[in-house]
Amino acid sequence: MPVEIWITYILILMIIASIAALEIEDVLSSIVAIGVVGLGVSLCFLFLQAPDLAIVQFLFEIFALIILVKAFLGKEYHKTESTKLNIILTIVTIITLTSILIFSVSVFDLLPDFGKPYMNTAQYYLDNGARETGAANLVSSVILDYRAYDTLGEITVLFTSILGALSILRIRSQMKKENSESQNA
Amino acid sequence: MIVYILCFVLFLVGIYGAITKRDLIKIILSISILGYSVNLLFILFAYRSESIYPILSKGKEILPMVDPLPQALVLTSIVIELGTTAMLVALAVRLFEKYKTFDITQIRRLKG
Amino acid sequence: MHKHEGMTLIVKTVTRISVWMILLYGTYIVFHGHLSPGGGFAGGVIIALALLNVLLAYGRNFVTEWLSIKFLHGLESLAASFFVIIGILGMVYVGYFLGNYLSKGELFNLLSAGTILPLNIVIGIKVGTSLFIVIWFLSELKIDKGE
Repeated sequence: MPVEIWITYILILMIIASIAALEIEDVLSSIVAIGVVGLGVSLCFLFLQAPDLAIVQFLFEIFALIILVKAFLGKEYHKTESTKLNIILTIVTIITLTSILIFSVSVFDLLPDFGKPYMNTAQYYLDNGARETGAANLVSSVILDYRAYDTLGEITVLFTSILGALSILRIRSQMKKENSESQNA
Repeated sequence: MIVYILCFVLFLVGIYGAITKRDLIKIILSISILGYSVNLLFILFAYRSESIYPILSKGKEILPMVDPLPQALVLTSIVIELGTTAMLVALAVRLFEKYKTFDITQIRRLKG
Repeated sequence: MHKHEGMTLIVKTVTRISVWMILLYGTYIVFHGHLSPGGGFAGGVIIALALLNVLLAYGRNFVTEWLSIKFLHGLESLAASFFVIIGILGMVYVGYFLGNYLSKGELFNLLSAGTILPLNIVIGIKVGTSLFIVIWFLSELKIDKGE
């Protein structure tokens, strides 16, 4: 079977799973459904000849699932019953998004066909990458040699976001500690 | 063509969740759906039919390869997405500690 | 107290053997980033998942005895600064930031590709430690809730 048909099937599965993830009430089920979407993306990367990305997406999906399950499972919280305003908002949103989809279909005609990209800059990397950097993996030579500056910025973003998450969590645990100490005293 | 449209539909599902849901967990999930669809669209544009992955191997003739540049960009984007997810989860947990709910309308009401 | 923490004896025994293999695989992925699919990001996540395996199987107190979180913090910051130091050394030797100044070596050898290999190692350490620290602080949550 050609690649396009495989990807069509996987994308349909992913759309169904993402709608399920948003509409199911149970928290664990919706987290598992989002896992289906992420692993579908990983499978698509494998079909599109990007094994680097498939490995990274697979591992990060597992990690995100563990974070979500650890943070949200077992929290008892009260379901919000949907008001009239909420139902109207949902209907209006669905109508608007559907009309956006219908009007934007003709835009996709302007894009290059699937499997025939316009490629100018990257041809240089393919021709000279192995000779200039000495790396057999050309993706690796792009991220760490030609565009290492991008990677530096990306490490900074990762560092900052993790630091933000840590500062939020650490304030909380310190408050807990102080509370328990004052109760003991 | 059909794959681009389906990928766009996935993006619209993400937007639908981010607009209409009032549950913080559902909002985090829809933001990650947005991220998946954008990454996938980027790689779909880069694919060239009848070509192989951009990794040289020993003693093999050089065949046409797919574009390595979008793959490098998406690789960094995936890592940043995980960082933002961790940040959002931490914020949501912190809000739950304070307000005992994930409903954003309730949180707005209790402010100040 | 330690005996009752974590999971059952079977899980602990399997973990004791398998964790080293997972760590070895993560290191392999990091070191062969310039030859095969993988690289610093993927290998770093595998290392973080191996440590997470220990954390889930044995519990927090066991891990605290072996690994100090301050040490991991220091390792993370050190890795981030090493990335910049390698870049500045490129400025000294080649003339621009993050220039590839080490010898390129022969194609398909492990010790080739100049600065790509050290940068991969640095990124692997950085990603692995920072993700494990996040999981560490999130796992504190569960104990808080039980009280």
